Amino acid sequence: MSANPKPLAAYDVERIHRDFPILAREVHGKPLVFLDSAASAQRPNAVIEVVDAYERLHHANVHRGVHQLSQEATAMFEQARERVRRFVNAASTREVIFTRGTTESINLVAQSYARPRLQPGDEILLTALEHHANIVPWQLVAEQTGAQVRAVPMDRRGVVALDDIAANLTERTRIVACAHVSNALGTVLPVREITRLAHARGAVVLVDGAQAVPHQAVDLAQLGCDFYAFSGHKMYGPTGIGVLVGREALLEAMPPWQGGGDMILTVSFEKTTYNELPYKFEAGTPNISGAIGLGAAIDYIDSLGIDNIHAHEQRLLRVATERLQRVPGLNIVGTAPDKAAVISFTLEGIHPHDLGTILDSEGVAVRTGHHCAMPVMEFFGVAATARASFACYSRESDIDALVRALGKAREVFV
Amino acid sequence: MDLKDLYRDVILDHNRSPRLFGRLEPADSAADGHNPLCGDRLHVTVRVEGDRVSDLRFEGKGCAISVASASLMCEAVKGRSRADIAHLFDEIHTVLTQHDAPVPEDLGKLAALTGVREFPVRVKCASLCWHTLNAALDRSASTVKTE
Repeated sequence: MSANPKPLAAYDVERIHRDFPILAREVHGKPLVFLDSAASAQRPNAVIEVVDAYERLHHANVHRGVHQLSQEATAMFEQARERVRRFVNAASTREVIFTRGTTESINLVAQSYARPRLQPGDEILLTALEHHANIVPWQLVAEQTGAQVRAVPMDRRGVVALDDIAANLTERTRIVACAHVSNALGTVLPVREITRLAHARGAVVLVDGAQAVPHQAVDLAQLGCDFYAFSGHKMYGPTGIGVLVGREALLEAMPPWQGGGDMILTVSFEKTTYNELPYKFEAGTPNISGAIGLGAAIDYIDSLGIDNIHAHEQRLLRVATERLQRVPGLNIVGTAPDKAAVISFTLEGIHPHDLGTILDSEGVAVRTGHHCAMPVMEFFGVAATARASFACYSRESDIDALVRALGKAREVFV
Repeated sequence: MDLKDLYRDVILDHNRSPRLFGRLEPADSAADGHNPLCGDRLHVTVRVEGDRVSDLRFEGKGCAISVASASLMCEAVKGRSRADIAHLFDEIHTVLTQHDAPVPEDLGKLAALTGVREFPVRVKCASLCWHTLNAALDRSASTVKTE
């Protein structure tokens, strides 16, 4: 959370756009219009430079050497952890575990928290709009334990109703795992209320925050969930770094997930004692530059103000929704009232894959496909959609370019 | 990169009105093709008489390239021998994947697909139907062998 958000009037999107060097390039002879930030956002100079300086000047292994470089690397790595803690308002850095990304964070919880506890007949409750990364780890642990995976349905807008959550919570529900924001539909889930309902039934809650953290203020003390997972590369940081925040008491009670260096205190062939939190869950040399880059990305977000980014993206969402609805034959998939700046759509008579190719030839990058959410596609009766997603650097002129390129697609096909 | 090279008129036409679309019942063999990346699904049914594919149909959903390719393939292979079909498959595979490969004259209308090679991520769309047909023919061959 940004302590001193700047007023929105100061939100100079052209300047912000220039902070991202890749956005200045051309694709197929056209200026790049990058509308695929929900898959992976671009990096600002601020992140690239911090990572570069680390690689050039400070790199050594962390938590090991007494030499100067190792101390510098360790300090930078741990400062990044503190930045993450502050950004999502976690109680302590002991609760902030660096992982490879959201997917690994969820697998960690499934294997280390859920697997030793689940009994045959226990239930894991998901929602119908989950990303595969928040489905498959639970299916794996269900297979291993005899537990059942259930999904709370959504309506035609892509909304999961709290009543339906409540109705699907049973005395056998041990875990509720849901997205904070749907990557395919943009739906924002009321995770605070979901957490209350789940806790009232004694279930533990994991929230997949990959699509939320870059776009809205996330205050874990307020949300109250037990586990929260997100990725660096969706929030202007590097790939291969992510975070699991977990309640300390739960993490303490969980066995390590992977074994190796950094997660142990002492090793003998008779007995190994595990390191304290968070290191117990960070086996092996971590992604040091990734964590430092993530810290720099958070600094960058803070410099803009997450609330300002949110307001900017919400305005783009409104403009883009209006403009796209006027494109003949265009159908927006996912129309929840509370939505992040993600627009999935289909265009009558043009397969999303063809659309993706035509938009690309115009320099416009959108995601096409099932967005790793096949159950969502099946629910809406489509094999795939095109998806435009917005970020802090997206401009209204990007929407113009998208609409123009859609016109071109219609010229080719209709 | 020229879109007109990918979406040639023949391709757009076969996408809009696919030929030999549907399902043969009864059929001697059938196979499903699925490209999970884009969700394309094809079902190919064939009738085999001796060494020849006497008739075939395809149905399914997919992008313009996959539908047009399947439609063009069905037209091209109907009535042809297994050896001819294998030869065509080799030719189409070569022109789809090798940037500078010359386009053989006997490809006929199938040559319309050669623009796809400028779009590497779309090659799978064009080749899905051929792999599906091969699967159906392999199956019918093994059926013949076991009888």
